Amino acid sequence: MSVNYGSKRVVVGAHYGLRDWLAQRVTGVLMVLFTLAVLGQVLLTSGDISYDKWAGIFSSQFMKALTFSVFIALAIHVWVGVRDIWMDYVKPVGLRLVLQVFTLVWLLSCLGWAIQVLWRL
Amino acid sequence: MTQLAKKRPEFRNINALTDLPSYRLPAAGIVSILHRISGLIMFLLLPLIVWMFDTSVSSEISFAKFSAAFNVGLGFVPAVLVKVVVLGLIWAYLHHLIAGVRHVYMDVCHAVTKEFGKSSAIATLVLSLGLTAALGAKLFGLY
Repeated sequence: MSVNYGSKRVVVGAHYGLRDWLAQRVTGVLMVLFTLAVLGQVLLTSGDISYDKWAGIFSSQFMKALTFSVFIALAIHVWVGVRDIWMDYVKPVGLRLVLQVFTLVWLLSCLGWAIQVLWRL
Repeated sequence: MTQLAKKRPEFRNINALTDLPSYRLPAAGIVSILHRISGLIMFLLLPLIVWMFDTSVSSEISFAKFSAAFNVGLGFVPAVLVKVVVLGLIWAYLHHLIAGVRHVYMDVCHAVTKEFGKSSAIATLVLSLGLTAALGAKLFGLY
């Protein structure tokens, strides 16, 4: 493997990608753990899942903290993934920029809304 | 000056509409493209997902509205269409999760043989479709 560090780094569009690659995996694992945490509590509920039981899952301080982290993780995960899709299939730079900006606005809007809902609980 | 990347060959003779449908993808290829498609579906339906989270946890009244979406429909959208879209989300989530776990497992364990790629891809498809069928039957009240 050729060594290519420091001032000889090859200029690429979005850094070398290790950071994003790793972030996507770490956030993915966190979301799997969150899924198991919610699923476990739903399955342990006896009888029908009423509003109290469902909202109760998210109202404990621990679950609130975990859910908050998962929302942030989701946003990072989706940003990396959707940006990959645009970089693979959309070649015109202008259109790609528009789509990337749309992705960010779409994601941040949903993130703000979700955090607002969580904070009201 | 940083050195420029070498010019790579480009192949622009593949037509997405006339060539791609005749390509025979291996199981791992099918899992891969479905991973991407399921991710994009969930990204585009994110506002619906947050809406479901909002209405289901905010209050008793909103919870009733959430349930009603599946029983009597949501505005002009009939309940059955809500269920079909949610079933699509369930499939997307399951496929994306299982294919993602497969990815992480391959990264961590260096499991990169051709055989493992094929068998784990088939397992991914069977598991995700099986679980989707089971949850879909529940969603549509078959049991």
